[in-house]
Amino acid sequence: MLDLIWLLPTFPLLGFLVLVLTAGKLPKPIVALIGAGSVGASFLLAALIAFQFANGGEDHYVREVWTWMAVGDFRSGFSFYLDGLSMVMMLIITGIGFLIHLYATGYMADDPGYSRFFSYMNLFVAAMLMLVLGDNLVLLYLGWEGVGLCSYLLIGFWYTNPENGYAARKAFVVTRVGDTSMAIGLFLLFAQLGTLNIQDMLSAAETEWAVGSGFAIAASLLLLGGAVGKSAQLPLQTWLPDAMAGPTPISALIHAATMVTAGVYLIARTHVLFELAPDVQMLVAWIGLITLLMAGFTALTQSDIKRVLAYSTVSQIGYMFLGLGVGAWSAAIFHLMTHAFFKALLFLASGTVILSLHHEQDIFKMGNLRKKLPVSFLSFLIGSLALTAFPFTSGYFSKDEILLGALALEGVGTWLWLGGVLGAFFTGIYTFRLFFLVFFGESRGHEPDKEVGGWHMNGPLYLLMVGALLAGFLHLPLEAVFNHGEAFEEHHVSALVHGFMIASPLIGIGVSYLFYMSGSLSVAGLMGNPLSRLLHRFWHSGWGMDWLYDRLFVFPFLWLARINRADLIDRCYGVLVELSRAGNELLVRTQTGYLRWYALSVVGGLVLIVSLGVLL
Amino acid sequence: MESIPYEHGLILASILFSLGLIGVLTRRNIVFVLMSLEIMLNASGLAFIVAAARWGHAEGQIMFLMILTLAAAEVAVGLGLIIQMYRRFQTVDINVLSEMKG
Amino acid sequence: MITLFYLAGAIAIISTVAVIVQTNIVHALIYLILSLLAVAVIFYVLGAPFAAMLEAIVYAGAIMVLFLFVIMMLNLGQHTIDQERSWLSLRGWIAPTIMAGLLLTNFLYVMDGIDHGVEPTRVGVLEVSVLLFGPYVLAVELASILLLAGLVAAYHLAKKRD
Repeated sequence: MLDLIWLLPTFPLLGFLVLVLTAGKLPKPIVALIGAGSVGASFLLAALIAFQFANGGEDHYVREVWTWMAVGDFRSGFSFYLDGLSMVMMLIITGIGFLIHLYATGYMADDPGYSRFFSYMNLFVAAMLMLVLGDNLVLLYLGWEGVGLCSYLLIGFWYTNPENGYAARKAFVVTRVGDTSMAIGLFLLFAQLGTLNIQDMLSAAETEWAVGSGFAIAASLLLLGGAVGKSAQLPLQTWLPDAMAGPTPISALIHAATMVTAGVYLIARTHVLFELAPDVQMLVAWIGLITLLMAGFTALTQSDIKRVLAYSTVSQIGYMFLGLGVGAWSAAIFHLMTHAFFKALLFLASGTVILSLHHEQDIFKMGNLRKKLPVSFLSFLIGSLALTAFPFTSGYFSKDEILLGALALEGVGTWLWLGGVLGAFFTGIYTFRLFFLVFFGESRGHEPDKEVGGWHMNGPLYLLMVGALLAGFLHLPLEAVFNHGEAFEEHHVSALVHGFMIASPLIGIGVSYLFYMSGSLSVAGLMGNPLSRLLHRFWHSGWGMDWLYDRLFVFPFLWLARINRADLIDRCYGVLVELSRAGNELLVRTQTGYLRWYALSVVGGLVLIVSLGVLL
Repeated sequence: MESIPYEHGLILASILFSLGLIGVLTRRNIVFVLMSLEIMLNASGLAFIVAAARWGHAEGQIMFLMILTLAAAEVAVGLGLIIQMYRRFQTVDINVLSEMKG
Repeated sequence: MITLFYLAGAIAIISTVAVIVQTNIVHALIYLILSLLAVAVIFYVLGAPFAAMLEAIVYAGAIMVLFLFVIMMLNLGQHTIDQERSWLSLRGWIAPTIMAGLLLTNFLYVMDGIDHGVEPTRVGVLEVSVLLFGPYVLAVELASILLLAGLVAAYHLAKKRD
């Protein structure tokens, strides 16, 4: 069974090829069957493989399929590496991916680009599986770029609107910055360690590089650059909120559950490098903390339902980075998994809301929807509880582990913990702000006729609800992956600390209740203050990051492009064009069309040549 | 036999060639153009015969035969073209055929 | 003999000039035949009787008859003579004459300094035929293919099609 692992990416890839080559000629039921079925087949196989692997008792399993390229000493192959980490990732990708595909068969039912949509989705799943299963960094990079491409294609899926195309280009270019950094990191690793096979590379790094050595710092920094680009962390986080331009299942699959967590996966996969560079690891923690706080503040002020969720995604990935930074590797991956469940749930539920309201996304135009949209209401309730780490939902366990991991760190750990708790407080506020605004209160404008649904849309929602509630009780087999460095002893923390961690999101929910439900605190009153208005505008724009990047990079580049448009070299080429055009006109004038003219020119040439021959 | 100035034969050929050339360049009637072309071909044949006589070889006459064949084929094709042209344009004026004007 | 050469040369030149200045196309054709026959005489004088015969038969005979046929087919009457006259303006002659004159000057310049006098050796049918069907047999084959191609092309081109 295990040796069939190569079939995992092959199924969706075949689906992609079939859908692309038939170019939308297939009827929709067959497209749905191929699109969702290929991922479903992958999931079944992944479950079987995972079952066998978990019972096999081995640490890892390698399957070499074929050699991709071999140049000198460098060999890179299509070979798959299965261990606890990649197993968890593969199950998340195929499992949640399948549910989202299933949901999308209903969500996209009226879209003319149905077949195109599923072909991109299948390609994405194939690339993502390649990313997590690859046993060398080249294969990982192939998947990494593949998912970036699919992300670009799917953000700009509704390409007739230029804004979507802009969002897609922005996502592509911003992540490209990170990818370039990562590529340089790969070059550095290969130049120094002579291999790109991940396990060989890690063990070589451990033996050759001292803790805190320059190469370790450089390599881990460069890889971190790739990770922050893909995972939308500071300073490359600006693309993710705009990426919500794509269809909602895309936001669920790519921009919440799987692709954006690739950065977390990369750091976890190469955690040995980060342990060799403690300063960089600390930087990861700080990036995570700052990102999660900034995104939390921004989410407070957003009015678009998907943008709120997008900023909460940035914030939750910030938690994962925090976990990675403090060395709580398993906790970060655990949070990755639980986040995949509840964020996919929230996005899909928001998709149902949006579709039921005929593509209305402004939460201030919704309200009192809990009766009209019962399934979405239940989904949002469970998803929001899990997101705010309500006790005994899945998010509670994973966030708890991360924060405890932070607390266990000497020195700055307390500050990181405090920041994380503060973030949880804000998570409570913004999540339930969304929840209360959409499902309670007065109806503001839109009245849905009925909730869109059907088994293929509601079924995934119910399954994800179960996952969001119960995934916290799962135990991930990650000990073998992170067996070194991670402290396994139980942290004995006081009940006070625990109580604090449980209380902070609940207080956040309470604050949200006071503002948006009971009305005892008023947003309008708060907005009376000019300072808070300023803060609101500042946070609403995502801390002015887009404004800053426009000033720093986009405008100078555009300015350079503009002054370069009429440059000297161009003008030289222009002269060439003018010359050839003038020559053309001159020659055209010689073409009179009269036979005698041609004969005369022939004779003229003859006379000239004969005269030259005679005289010289 | 008295000797004939070899040079004069060639001069005669040159004169005939030039006259044919003038005809080709001057006439607008395509039949005249074709006739002038025949004059030019014939003049070059004359030059070959003169050369053959100068060296006492038969090769010059063979070249003349080739030119003769060429002239016959050319006239056949050319006259066919003239007939076609007359059918289509009802004229023998070569200036009518100026569609290649750039 | 030499008198005959110059006489025939003069006739050839004069009748050729008449061809290119004629307005009546049938007259022009008859002048052309005269010119070709004069050249045939020159061939004979130069000791090439075979070529002279061919010139008279093929050129002055066959080819010119072909011309005559076409002229009759086109049925060009009196009005074409007037047309020819109007087409032949004096200005039209200047450039071609200068060109041809330049070319002729070149030829004459080149010929200056060639040795005088040629004793015409008679090269008869036998010698020509031996060469023609000896080393030059390939050229004969090629010439026949050319004639065949001309035949097919002429048939195809002159065919009436609508």
